[in-house]
This record gives sequence, C-alpha cells and structure tokens, in this order.
Amino acid sequence: MENPTTSKVVLLACGSFNPITNMHLRMFELARDHLEDTGQYSVIKGIISPVGDAYKKKGLIEASHRVEMARLATESSEWITVDSWESQQSDWVETSKVIRHHYEELLAREHNRDDVDTVKYTKKRRIEENYIASSLSPLSLCSDGPQLMLLCGADVLESFGIPNLWKQEDIAEIVGRYGLVCVTRSGSDPHKFINQSDDLWKYRKNIHVVHEWVTNDISATHVRRALRRGRSVRYLLPESVVRYVQEHSLYSAESEQKNADVVLAPFQKYSDASTKTES
Amino acid sequence: MASCRVPLVLLACGSFNPITNQHMRLFELARDHMHSTGRFEVVGGIVSPVSDGYGKQGLVPAKHRISMAKLALQSSNWVTVDEWESQQPDWTETVVTMRYHHGRILKEYEQSAGRHSDASENFASPSSPFPQLKLLCGADFLSSFKIPGLWLDDHVEELVQRFGLVCVSRGSLQPERAVHESDTLFRHRRNVFLVREWVRNETSATEIRRALRRDQSVKYLIPDSVIEYIHQHELYTEDSERRNEGTALRPLIKQAHQPIKSLDD
Repeated sequence: MENPTTSKVVLLACGSFNPITNMHLRMFELARDHLEDTGQYSVIKGIISPVGDAYKKKGLIEASHRVEMARLATESSEWITVDSWESQQSDWVETSKVIRHHYEELLAREHNRDDVDTVKYTKKRRIEENYIASSLSPLSLCSDGPQLMLLCGADVLESFGIPNLWKQEDIAEIVGRYGLVCVTRSGSDPHKFINQSDDLWKYRKNIHVVHEWVTNDISATHVRRALRRGRSVRYLLPESVVRYVQEHSLYSAESEQKNADVVLAPFQKYSDASTKTES
Repeated sequence: MASCRVPLVLLACGSFNPITNQHMRLFELARDHMHSTGRFEVVGGIVSPVSDGYGKQGLVPAKHRISMAKLALQSSNWVTVDEWESQQPDWTETVVTMRYHHGRILKEYEQSAGRHSDASENFASPSSPFPQLKLLCGADFLSSFKIPGLWLDDHVEELVQRFGLVCVSRGSLQPERAVHESDTLFRHRRNVFLVREWVRNETSATEIRRALRRDQSVKYLIPDSVIEYIHQHELYTEDSERRNEGTALRPLIKQAHQPIKSLDD
C-alpha cells in the first residue's frame, strides 16, 4: 500500500544486540510511525545488523547467539528482519561500510525488479555516480530507489563526539548521503548535540529526531545484569529470546568479563590517525 | 531450603485497561524481591481486574479486560486472572477483594494440609506457615491513599497491617516518601515492601490507549495476542475513551456518606 508520492525508506540498525530487547524493537516501531506520520515516507523494511565479534566490546557474546536471538525476536514482525553479513566478517566493519553494503544490495534488488532496460539502467547508474562524486545530497534525490537510513538511539548520535570512535568523513557520509533516524532516550537532548556539531548541523535536514514520550529504558546492559543476578527478564525481551537465553545459559559473570582487557576495535584502528574533534 | 519460608501470593487489583508488559513485569520484580528477602516463597500471582462499576473514564467492559489478561498470561506458569471482583454487582473495595482471596487461599491450604495430617485442627508449624496474601502495586497506588474519599482509613489500616503491600517504584515517584507522609503506612512500614525498578519504564495503559487511538504501534509493549484481540474487537477509540466522562469514581460516591466500617464485614 505505497503512496506513489512518498519516498520508500529502509531502516538499518547496527549495534551489539547483546541481547536484543523490546526497546530495540520499539525503536523500529517508533521510527516507522514517525516517518510515515510526516506523509513523506513509506517505511518498507527494517534491518537489524548485529556487530561482529571482532568489535571486542566487553561482555559481547558470540555473534551466532546474538543473530539467532534477533531472529527469534523478529519472527512475529512483518517488516523487521535480521542480516548476518556484518557479523560474519572476520574484521570489525565500520558502520559506514555496513550501510554502503546494504545500500548496494537494495539497489541491486531494485534494478532486478526493473524491466530489462539497459539504457534506463545505465543512465540511472551514471546519475548516481555523479551525485556520489560531486555532493553529499541524499541518494533518494537522484534515484527512485529506496532510501536507507541509519536507525539509532541518541547515545549513538552523541558517540559521534567521542574521539577516535568515528572517522569524520564517515559521519559526514552517514548523515549527508544516507540519513539518520534518532530515537531519543530519556535524559538526552539530540537537538542540542546536533546544534553543537558543524557537520551534523549542516545535514540536520537528514536527521530525524523521534521523541519517545514514554520512557522505555530497557538496556541490554541492565538485562545482562539482571541475568547475572538470577533475576527475571520476562517481558523485557520477547518470550522466545528469554527461553533461548535460559536454554543456552547465556550471560553470566564470566561472559561479562569477555574482552575485559582488550581495546575496542574502532579505537584500535583509529588511535594513530589524527582526527579532528567536533567543534 | 524453603521450609521456613512463608508461602506468599501476590494480588494485583487495577483496571488492566488494557494489561501491559509492565503489569506483568511487576509480578516478576516482586517475586524476585520477596524471594531474595529469604523469608518468602512466592507461590502464586493473581490479576484481579476491577468491575465496570468502578466508573473510571475510558474503562472498556470487564469481559474484554478479562479476556485480554487471560491471553497475556497464557505464557505464565504462576500468574492467573481472577474474575470474582469483576463479577460483583457493585465496585468492591480492595480490602474486601483481599479478604475474599485470602479466605480462599487459606481454605485451599487447610484442605491440602488436612490431607497430610490426621488432626482436625490445622496448626501452622514453623516448617509450614500459613500462606500470606499481599497486595502488589505501583508507587502511584500508594500515593492514592492520600486522595480524599478514595480510601477508608480502616481499610488502609487493615491492608497494611493484616495483609501487607509490595510496591514497585515507577519512574520518578518515590514510594519511600508516601510511606513517610502517612502515619498508617509508617506504623506498618515493616509490612510495606518497596521494590526498586531500575529500568525506567513508564509504559502505562493510558499511553497504550493513546497510541491505539492515534493508530501508532504498541507492539513489544503489550503481547501480540492482546494487540490482535484489541483490533478484532475494535477496542480503544476516541469513543471508548469518553466512556464514563463526567462520572465520579464509584468509590468516591459509595464511601462519601458511609460510616467507617469495622473490621468484621
């Protein structure tokens, strides 16, 4: 039921999903409602992309479990899916690369759907390449393919300011070329943060801030803590995920110590590079 | 070893209009907490939706609220829905509902204890104490004791002294303050168990109904089966929210001109 005048959007959420919680899933629902409410967008798909083990975050359990839990969690969803590409890479993959990968996949699927028309295809491709080369306007302006936007919480937006966690050009690409949908968590003010960063301010039109009026702070950290202490996590995660966690005895004091003495992959990668800090 | 633990049943009274994941969380949090005191073994949980006679604005018929609660609790092996309160002809005071359930629980206990002993009298021994029933609620419930006309003083007294409260803190409300500000609660503070909910989850039935009216998603806030039920029966619209508009809550009417009730009802 797509309105021809709306832009098609696919939402991509990257993260540890360690484990996936109802809050992650709510983020998708809130984002979809918000975008469609503007009358400009039609959200056709959601993608959950759990990070690979090479990210080396403390307490990160095996990707195979995290992907499976996300799959169980989204079984009942008609539009949210899980993609394991990122988790299967042997090295940590920058978010911008993950987005590019998924965008290329989306384009490929769109082109396969078009009637076999090499002229039309070539023309489209050339336009896109020109835009990519020349400016950072959102790709939706030059193609009638779907737009891919990064879906995240305000904490991710604010993490753009952490030195050596992101490359400046990656941030510019994410907000300039693709777009960001940021769901506010309690206690953060994304508008203020956007205002304080020249890069973000420049592309503020591509940053959609979704206010979560009802605080829903189910963080995966809290869930892991509760599990370590033998407390119930029912109704914080989908039932099937609660069962999976129990069956596989995931999340103990031991699992939380994983990578305790290891440096997070982005820091490892960028520590030598000289990066500008946000002004 | 649970031999010296008091068997405990938790009773939650409320509109459950509709039941939400947060309601069900209350039971989980309360059970974990009471168990961790070392003194209790939580053996059951009861959801008791209020009757239509309560007269609260936006309250949909009890039969729907009961059905939704049943659907939501299908996956629970210890919490059940009870229809007694919703079936009473008039709104029932919380304490009366508690007396009913406690009586029922004691009877069941006596019957099962009777099967294990030949004594005609059943004594609760240290290794097998009488089961207790406590009221499970959120911090907003505690604050409601202050609302004039909503509660009879004697009832509040009986509630905390005879039964006890398990109160789960919600959002920014501080139940410790409500206990501090009420002499009755303060006097029986040892029977008022405060459970800290570290995860701030302000999902309320009010918000759910608002989202439904606006055609916004409530997935992952209430069980899928309940969402389906709501859509099937077209509950929670602007019309349904206006039900009982302008009507005073039944407790305020019923208790306005009544003399203070005594303990024996």
